[in-house]
Amino acid sequence: MELTKLTALELGAAIKKGEVSVKEAAQAALDAVAAQNKELNAFITVTSERALNRAEKLQAGVKDAESPLYGVPMAIKDNICTRGVKTSCASKILGDFAPPYDASVVERLADMGAVSLGKLNMDEFAMGSTSETSFYGPVRNPWDLERAPGGSSGGAAAAVSAGLGWYAIGSDTGGSIRQPASYCGVTGMKPTYGTVSRYGLIAYASSLDQIGPLCRDAADCAAILDVLQGRDPKDGTSLDGQYGNLLGSLTGDVQGFKIGLPVDCYGDGLDGEVRASVLAAADVLRARGAEVVELSFPVMEYVVPAYYIIAAAEASSNLSRFDGVKYGWRAEGYESLDGLYRKTRTQGFGSEVKRRILLGTFVLSSGYYDAYYRKALQIKAVVKDAFDKAFHQCDMLLTPVAPATAPKLGESLSNPLQMYLSDVYTVPVNLAGLPGLSMPCGFDSKGLPIGAQLIGPHFGEGRLLNAAHAFQLDTDYHKRTPKGGDPA
Amino acid sequence: MTVNTELVEYISELSRLELQCGEKQDMTAQLEQIIAYMDVLNRLDTQGVEPMSHVFPVKNVLREDDVVPSQDRAALLAGAPVPDGEAFLVPKAVE
Repeated sequence: MELTKLTALELGAAIKKGEVSVKEAAQAALDAVAAQNKELNAFITVTSERALNRAEKLQAGVKDAESPLYGVPMAIKDNICTRGVKTSCASKILGDFAPPYDASVVERLADMGAVSLGKLNMDEFAMGSTSETSFYGPVRNPWDLERAPGGSSGGAAAAVSAGLGWYAIGSDTGGSIRQPASYCGVTGMKPTYGTVSRYGLIAYASSLDQIGPLCRDAADCAAILDVLQGRDPKDGTSLDGQYGNLLGSLTGDVQGFKIGLPVDCYGDGLDGEVRASVLAAADVLRARGAEVVELSFPVMEYVVPAYYIIAAAEASSNLSRFDGVKYGWRAEGYESLDGLYRKTRTQGFGSEVKRRILLGTFVLSSGYYDAYYRKALQIKAVVKDAFDKAFHQCDMLLTPVAPATAPKLGESLSNPLQMYLSDVYTVPVNLAGLPGLSMPCGFDSKGLPIGAQLIGPHFGEGRLLNAAHAFQLDTDYHKRTPKGGDPA
Repeated sequence: MTVNTELVEYISELSRLELQCGEKQDMTAQLEQIIAYMDVLNRLDTQGVEPMSHVFPVKNVLREDDVVPSQDRAALLAGAPVPDGEAFLVPKAVE
């Protein structure tokens, strides 16, 4: 049995049956990390000893374990707090900061029986679409080491794709789970805003941030969301709902599902091979009994500017807490309190983070607030309204995840605006707080994975996962692995 | 909307960031480009549209005022760059 090729649920079942010990699984993943992380740079921190100790402890509980994912090794994006384990947000300014508490999702995963292998590389403070703005250096795409894995959860996507752990926990503010999942050929989901606690997620843009899974397939995503979702009194935006049983309700039956293709998402700027692959995914679902309808979604040109105004505004406020006083790193050579703030922030933040802080400060500043920030909040209402109208005509939308496949390393850094524009298909989902799923739906002529996005109404996770599961029953794109991922 | 170095200096000041000379020019050019692009929003008439800060109509989330242990002070201070036994240390802020 090639352990690292199994899905999380397959490994969980093998552990339950006693075919594999938790420690063997952890060791297999750590071996893969040792072999490949130098090249991929997917991990910032590997907690080998902790993982093996934890695996040994968990073994005694296998027989009584309730979760199908008990004992399955995984990893966590480095913007999610882990008690006693360095949490850097891939920024110099947090230094070797080790939080004194676990994020709520980390507690939930621990209670379920997860084994963490460590913390995953990302764009600094989750600001970027390529995982190149990390203080710890860029992550590489396992499908082509000269290319970016996407971002900001690039380490998470690269790790799952290359077999360095069976699933990963990422965060998605404007596409940061879905787009890297697409570039690396894995399945990722951003759940409905408020359904997964953000307590312990280092905030970028609080009204848009959501934690979610990156996995080998839709069934794994369902199993992990069953663990992650739920009301948390520690997060004021957390919602009551009917949680659990996403995995149990996966039937693969899409009979009668109405899938909308927003024509505005298939126009100019979309790569031809990506368009063809995503439309072919619609055909697969149609063949399984879904109805496919075209509809109009006339707000696409406004989503990127509205998103970047809101995200930057919230970032400028959220990141004011990083000042060299309470956590992490402090610059040297200051003479006053103000000088301490300035020196630490100037030397501690990278240029993309500074750009967004400045942009956010600008759109919130006196004289520009109404023209930019207030206007963006109005556009947000318009986008939400457009989705409401769309969901009167269909159950879910099918769109590309990104306009093209993974870019070459370095290409995006030289032109920030160009990078922002590549988020066009993912950001509207965050503006409206909707669930969105990214699944592998093909490969381009360069051999790079292509992703399709399913978008549903609030609390529509079950149907999205079912559609993705149905698609994966009839296709094998999600099962392909990059060459480097083949164990020697 | 014109973005010039004076504006970038002003927002840098508000953000407690100091841009070096070359960095300031690059940032000015990039912000000018980004903000010019954002002006596309003006094409959409949003008169009468209520600005939306939260997609769910959830207001005034209240909970019982239960007393629970707060974080351990020593553990919190351990993450700070310059703590002493009971506080974060910074340069003198008031004369």
